[in-house]
Amino acid sequence: MSETVKQFLYLNRRAPYGTIYAWESLEVVLIGAAFDQDVSLAFVDDGVYQLTKGQSTAAIGMKNFSPTYAALGDYEVKKIYVEKESLEERGLTLDDLQHLVWEDEDEDYAEKDSIKLVSRAEMAAVMEESDVVFSF
Amino acid sequence: MSTLHTVNKSPFEKNSLDACLNYAGSGANLLLLEDGVYAALKGTRFEQRVTAALDSVKVYVLGPDLQARGFSEERVIEGISVVDYAGFVDLAAENAKVQAWL
Repeated sequence: MSETVKQFLYLNRRAPYGTIYAWESLEVVLIGAAFDQDVSLAFVDDGVYQLTKGQSTAAIGMKNFSPTYAALGDYEVKKIYVEKESLEERGLTLDDLQHLVWEDEDEDYAEKDSIKLVSRAEMAAVMEESDVVFSF
Repeated sequence: MSTLHTVNKSPFEKNSLDACLNYAGSGANLLLLEDGVYAALKGTRFEQRVTAALDSVKVYVLGPDLQARGFSEERVIEGISVVDYAGFVDLAAENAKVQAWL
């Protein structure tokens, strides 16, 4: 008996640490991942700042939750869309972001890139194609 | 004595930085902290606006907030000084008042 699988999109538009949105989104993604839905994450606007590598929060006394993004692959979260225009207006490139991968068990657990760099038009299509959008 | 202006919001999300720079007088001090630190980085859409402001306003950025967000001092626009929390306290003490732009 198969239940209907819906396409869930988690839309992230906020920078980390200044507000709680980024952390809350990650929590909800991890909870939702337990329900075997088709999950995608989108990072646009200040949301792209969530994925920067080298985050070190010791001096501000907050939890550094950025290592958790690297665990998303283990939760079958393999589609992470990052918008090119959002990176560009912030002077960022993919090199500034963490390298996120998932392991393909059908190909001897080969590591595959989770992050897909997409244009704004392509991101619009990703939103359009999803059944449910959770905004953070 | 001059004023210490603080901006703690991302320039991409709020107009706090823009508003601050519209009002900050010559000789004022500006500290970028929390999500405001993104305005201190090179290569953003706001770099020109910030660089132009450096002619009349002394700009500081809070190092711990930069590190938390994954950016080293090398990514900071030339002319902006990186300070720690003790430096923040010094700035607050040296200026006649603190004006926060939320």
